[in-house]
Formats: sequence, structure tokens, C-alpha cells
Amino acid sequence: MGSLPETENREVPQREVKTKFNSGVRKQKFNREALSGYLFLAPNILGFLAFTALPVVVSFILSFYNWEMLIPPMFAGLDNFKNLFFNDPLFLLVIKNTLYYVGVYVPFNIVVAMILALWLCTLTKGVAIYRTLFFLPVLAPTVAAAFIWKFMFEPKVGFVNTFLGWFGVSGPNWLGDPDFAMLAIIIMSVWKMVGYNMVIFIAGIQSIPASLYEAAKIDGANSWDRFIHITLPMISPALFFGVVMTVITSFQVFDQAYIMTGGGPANATNTIVMYIYENGFQYFKMGYASSIAWVLFGVIFAVTMVQMKVQKKWVNYD
Amino acid sequence: MSQAADLKAMKTIRPKTAKKTILMLLSYTALSFLAFLMVMPFIIMIATALKPENELFSNPGALLGSKLAWENFTYAWNYIPFGRFFINSIFVSLTVTILEVLTSSLAAYAFARLRFPGRDLLFYLYLGTLMIPAQVTIVPQFILMNQFGWVDTYQALILPAAFTAFGTFLLRQFFLTIPFELEESARIDGCSRFGTYFRIILPLSKPALATLGVFAFVTQWNSFFWPLVITSSDEMKVLSVGLKMFQGIYGTEWHLMMAASAIVIIPSVIVFGVLQRYLVEGIQLTGMGGR
Repeated sequence: MGSLPETENREVPQREVKTKFNSGVRKQKFNREALSGYLFLAPNILGFLAFTALPVVVSFILSFYNWEMLIPPMFAGLDNFKNLFFNDPLFLLVIKNTLYYVGVYVPFNIVVAMILALWLCTLTKGVAIYRTLFFLPVLAPTVAAAFIWKFMFEPKVGFVNTFLGWFGVSGPNWLGDPDFAMLAIIIMSVWKMVGYNMVIFIAGIQSIPASLYEAAKIDGANSWDRFIHITLPMISPALFFGVVMTVITSFQVFDQAYIMTGGGPANATNTIVMYIYENGFQYFKMGYASSIAWVLFGVIFAVTMVQMKVQKKWVNYD
Repeated sequence: MSQAADLKAMKTIRPKTAKKTILMLLSYTALSFLAFLMVMPFIIMIATALKPENELFSNPGALLGSKLAWENFTYAWNYIPFGRFFINSIFVSLTVTILEVLTSSLAAYAFARLRFPGRDLLFYLYLGTLMIPAQVTIVPQFILMNQFGWVDTYQALILPAAFTAFGTFLLRQFFLTIPFELEESARIDGCSRFGTYFRIILPLSKPALATLGVFAFVTQWNSFFWPLVITSSDEMKVLSVGLKMFQGIYGTEWHLMMAASAIVIIPSVIVFGVLQRYLVEGIQLTGMGGR
């Protein structure tokens, strides 16, 4: 920042140089600029091409092959995809499970995060302390957090059922019951990640000019009106971003389910990514695993595109 | 006299402010209860980690046992090579962070400041891969590592994580907000491109660099899927994968499971808690997309 005043003094020579470039050595300058551009880019782009872009292409090609690691790959056309949708009931179940997870987890997360954010923004003191407390689970490594929740959901001594017992409710065997296992994982995931969206929403709410609320108050708007007509439209970009990102990441749920249930009981918590892991790294069906990954991408892409279309109706960018 | 006047004044204003105070008090109480529930799993973790083994099932309602069984921690610590896992996690996370911040800032400078053929195309390529889930690339990445003979090595843990489109995107957005004039003048004074990057852009971008650094470190520290796939020996395992081992051995010995979790969670939460400001800023910076 110390160099700020200096620059103002140099305005004149800067113009001179610009005209000099325009008249003669422009092409040479352009080439040198391009060269330095590529040099600056090189370290990152080489790694990016090798470890991201190339694997994306290879994965796409692999999805049309049968490859079980030990035997050489065989071109299979669309067979992998046909098998996934017509001959693999487990895949359909895994899709259903993932959709159930996304369908319950995303609204649950977004609504709780929004309520917390709105609530925290009404406080006059201690916002930072509460924000930290609700953000704490985001910071905990997922594997360790999943351990804790496995214990919390333990049917006899776990906190969840002990807590329910105080109100005379006898809780289910959460992780051992196909009807409750996914719900348990959803509860854990909301606890883990709700602070993330809350932080996004708080930033959105705090950037709303106070004058808007004052004007509305003078016009006699009550707090519900103010929420519907000021807060909600003003934070709709942040809300939209939160929803899109939460949907994308929740389709990729793996860690907590892998630790807490390993996909069971009876595949009730087996998800798309877990199925990729099983196929690719336990049965070593690399081609089949790649096909599943591309179906996952297709689903995420389609859902995101729909959201992009729909956003024009409700997201307010001015 | 003034006291009486004050009292009179207060009586007329009181009802409204009193109602407000009560509402505020209720609000704080309810929110504190929620925050307490939020922290409850951590409290249970620590309390259970300190319970003597035989009291786990005898009195599940009680938070604490008859004594504090600190030996659970020593037992958990000694049962799996936690020391090694910690060192691996620290080394891998730090290396990834340094590589990511360094290479992303260079690339971001090129995208934000220099004109060269194919720039926009490359940038869209970067952005496009942000939408592709990590699982799409994981199979070929594994095959690639296998070809190099790198399975179960540090290179395999570090390299695929170190060159991210996310870091480049984040820093590019930040560099764009730095006024052009600052480096133009330095260029005229004979400063090289690298000089302006190093002496002007980087010092002005410290907050964004710190944000990316903290982000990269936390992401790497908590990452599980790739280390799970690529490591097999105890020498190479990072904390998250090492902890998973514990479940195989002590899946139902909750006091030890909780002690192991606490060993992992407490230092992470303290360190990340201190760095929280950068994380929150990072979430808000990328979340708002420069808005």
C-alpha cells in the first residue's frame, strides 16, 4: 500500500510509453507478454492438465470400456450404461438412496442455516461467539465426527436415544434399521455442514443497506413484510449460491456414510459415490466405475442447469 | 429531583423497552440452548473418552464416570501409530498448501493481467472442471499413479491435490480488484513481469493468499476419499484414514473410539478455530462471486 502515492506521480511517463508501444514495437511486446503469460501459467497448468484434465478425458473414454484391471480393456460401447440402468438393480437403489439424501438434506440444511443466519443478525452482542459455535462442526474432520455420531446413535447408550428416553420416546436402532439409517446420516450431515451455509447467508444479510429497512418501517411494513419484500430478494443471490453448491456437494456424499454404516443395513445407505468406490477399488471394475461417475456428473449437471434456468424467476440481481 | 423525573420518564417509555428486553432475553436463551445442542456431540466425545471402560453401559445417562480415565487416551494413542499419522497429515497438508498457493497465484496473475492467445479458452476449461465431481477423475488418477509406480507414496497423496482450478479462480478474482496503475508504473521503472507479481501483486494480496492457504490446508487435512484409495501402508496413512483403522479394531469400545476422535478433533478445531476468520472470508468471497 506504501507505493500508492508514488504511482500518482508517474501518470505522465506512463502515457508516453503507451504511445511508443502503439507506434512501433507492439508486436514484439505482445509476443513477450504472451510468452510470460505461458510461463506464469506453466507450473499450475502442467499439474492441472496431468492430474485433472487428462484424467477427465481418460475417465470419459474408460466409461465405454470393460476393464477389470488384470485383463486388458475391451471396448464395450454403451454396454456399461445399459447395464447400469437395465441390469443392475443395486445401481437403481443407490440412485434412489442418493436422491432421498439430497432431497431431505438440502432443504433441511438450507432452512436451518437461513433461520440461524436471520436469528444471529438480530443480535446486538455476541454474534461472533454464536457464529463460531455453530461453525465448529464444519472444522471437525468428517471421519472423527462420524465416529462421534455413530456413538450418539448407538441404540442403548447413545445420546440420541437417551435424550428421547427422557421424553418417554423409545428411539429406533438408528444405524441398524433400514428405515432410519439414512435419516441418521442426514441428521449428522446437517449438524456438520449447516454452519457453512449460515456463514454465507450472514454475509448476504449484513450487506443489505439499513436504509431499506428504515424506509419500509416508515411505510408501516411489519417484520414479516420486511423479510419477504426486502431480506429475501436481497439475499436471493447468496441463497441461490448456497442451494446450488449444497446440491452439488450432497450428491457426492461418501465419508460419513462409509464410516457410520458402510452402506448398510441392506444397502439402505449405499450412495452413488460409495458404489463408485466399491466397483472401482474393491472389485477393480475401472470401466464400470467410470461410467457410474459420468452418470453422477450427468445428474449433477442436469440439476444445476435446471436451477440456473429457474433462478431467473426468483433470484434478484440488481 | 432529577431522579424522580427520570423515573417518571422511564415509566412512560418502559413498556416498550421492557418487552424488547424480555424478547431479547428469550432469544438469547433459546439460541444458547441450540448452540449447546450443537456442541453437545463434542462434549459427549470428551466425556465418554474419559469414562472408565466398565461404566460405559452401566450408567449411560451419566455424562461423567466415577473417575477420569486419562489412560484411555494413552491407550488409544499407543494402539495405532497416531504420531506417524499426524506427521504425515501435517507434511502432506503443508506441501499441498504451499504448492497450491504458489502455482495458483502465478497462474492467476497470468489470467488476470496478461494477454496471450488461448487465455480465455484455458480459463473456461479451468472453470468447467469445477463442476465435475472428484469421483470422475479418481479412477484415472489411480491408474496414472499406478503407472508411475507411485501408489502408496507421498507424491501420490500430494500431486493430484496441489493444482486446483479453485485456487486459481479465487486468486484471479482477487487480483482483478487490484488497480492496474500500480503495476504499470513499476513496469515503466523497469520492473519485470515477475517483479511486479512478486513485489506488488503478492504483497497486496496477503488476505486472499492467507484465505486460500487456510482453505487448502483444511481441505487437505480433512480429505478422506483419495488418501483412502491411494495409501495402504501405515507409513503413508494420513490421520483421517488412520483413524478409520481404529474402527476395525475397536468398533464397539466407545471409550477408546471417542478418545481417538478427540485426539484428532481437538487440535484440528483449535487450530482451525484460530484461523476461522480466513475460512469465513474465503466462503464469503467465493460465495458471493465478487458481488
